[in-house]
Amino acid sequence: MDNVESKVCEIIAQQKRIPPERVTIDSSFEELGLDSLDAVNILFELEGAFDISIPDEKARQIKSVREMVDGVRSLIAAKESA
Amino acid sequence: MRRVVITGMGMISALGNDVSDNWEKLSKGEGGIRPITAVDTTTLKFKNGAEVRDFDPEKHFSTGLDLLDRFAQFALVAAREAVAQSKIEFTEELQCRTAVVTGSSMGGQSTQDAGFVELYRVGKDRMRPMSIPRTMANAGASHISMAYGIRGPVFTISTACSSANHAIGQAFWLVRSGAVDVAITGGSEAPFSYGLLKAWEAMRVISPDTCRPFSRGRQGMILGEGAGMLAIESLEHAQRRGAEILGEIVGFGMSSDAGHITKPSAEGAALAINNALNDARVNPQQVKYINAHGTGTPVNDPMETVAIKLAFGEHAKAIAVSSTKSMHGHALGAAGALEAVATVLSLKHGVIPPTANFLEPDPECDLNVVSNVAKEFAGGYAMSNSFAFGGLNAVLAFRGYEAS
Repeated sequence: MDNVESKVCEIIAQQKRIPPERVTIDSSFEELGLDSLDAVNILFELEGAFDISIPDEKARQIKSVREMVDGVRSLIAAKESA
Repeated sequence: MRRVVITGMGMISALGNDVSDNWEKLSKGEGGIRPITAVDTTTLKFKNGAEVRDFDPEKHFSTGLDLLDRFAQFALVAAREAVAQSKIEFTEELQCRTAVVTGSSMGGQSTQDAGFVELYRVGKDRMRPMSIPRTMANAGASHISMAYGIRGPVFTISTACSSANHAIGQAFWLVRSGAVDVAITGGSEAPFSYGLLKAWEAMRVISPDTCRPFSRGRQGMILGEGAGMLAIESLEHAQRRGAEILGEIVGFGMSSDAGHITKPSAEGAALAINNALNDARVNPQQVKYINAHGTGTPVNDPMETVAIKLAFGEHAKAIAVSSTKSMHGHALGAAGALEAVATVLSLKHGVIPPTANFLEPDPECDLNVVSNVAKEFAGGYAMSNSFAFGGLNAVLAFRGYEAS
């Protein structure tokens, strides 16, 4: 587990107030019980933690922790190459 | 119970600064969504809004402007238009038998936003003396009360996007019950401050382009501003003074989802629709048009589709549905008031204003959506939905005026 993955899982666990071990790279948002309001809060925390801006249309397509981690990685990469 | 009729209306929105300019655009399906000018949008994810244009406050207010936030200016401008059209003369007696009930979600928040910039960013250590009376959500109602000497029940309801419908509903019941003879009622909002736009950005419900309610490809709502005001009175009162009657309010229903703070519930919305039908004692089959809440968000429109089906069953398919938010934007606490004016005008003129910017039907929103082009309204009852964050629902029922 790299930094991005562990931080994403940690933020999700904090938002949902669930034990961190319940959040894995293979969890879907549905399994975790994340609703749209949880999602906007998590996106807000991710933007702050990684100093990135997550576009709405991209955010809307994400339905799992794996997609979220991949999305954050690609935004970090885009920022570093800019 | 007394019948309650509308004898005057005022409206200011992105579509125009009076009722006739607004109707000109509404009836043609022409929108008022454009790049936002009130603030620099460089650091905003969305750039478009439905702002009031060509509005010079100095032309409307020779004195007292320092007391009026933009939302209160809109409230007064629309109230003046409504009162002027109604030709009501506020005698000493009538002043005590008249109510003012307004809705506003955010009040004078741009006054507060500007004051806090001075305080926190510029580093000044004081706020302007009029900050509080300009910011309070009841400022619009109080200024209307003072303008006409209205001394009956005067208050403001703040229930986010349902504020104006809740306000009009309360005013309707006050007149119907006989508590007052006349009411000025509606809502006003002016949400275009940088701080508030940033807060909406964080909700991720604002469209990056335009507002396409019930359409495939919709990406969210577009914020709007303005005010709508109705002058309403008992039928006897209107007839006694020979007033021209524009339409009739026949029912009002409310409900709460008691569920999620932002995710709406179709059951809650349907309950408010049913309550309005029962209050109006209207057979659901008589409802021919619904001016929908129709925000254009991915979540609202399918939910509202289910709600309308729950409330009307098979008849749902026969009801023409449109969202005028596609043209005047979502004016939050004023939304229901702008839509009440649009609904009364649609009954009066026999024309249903369309849902503008409609691309193609979404199977999740399989209602009889009036898309892009206005449609003839052959008569019957019309309803106007408002569903707020917080799960608070308010629905009004109208019909064109008939003497019997």
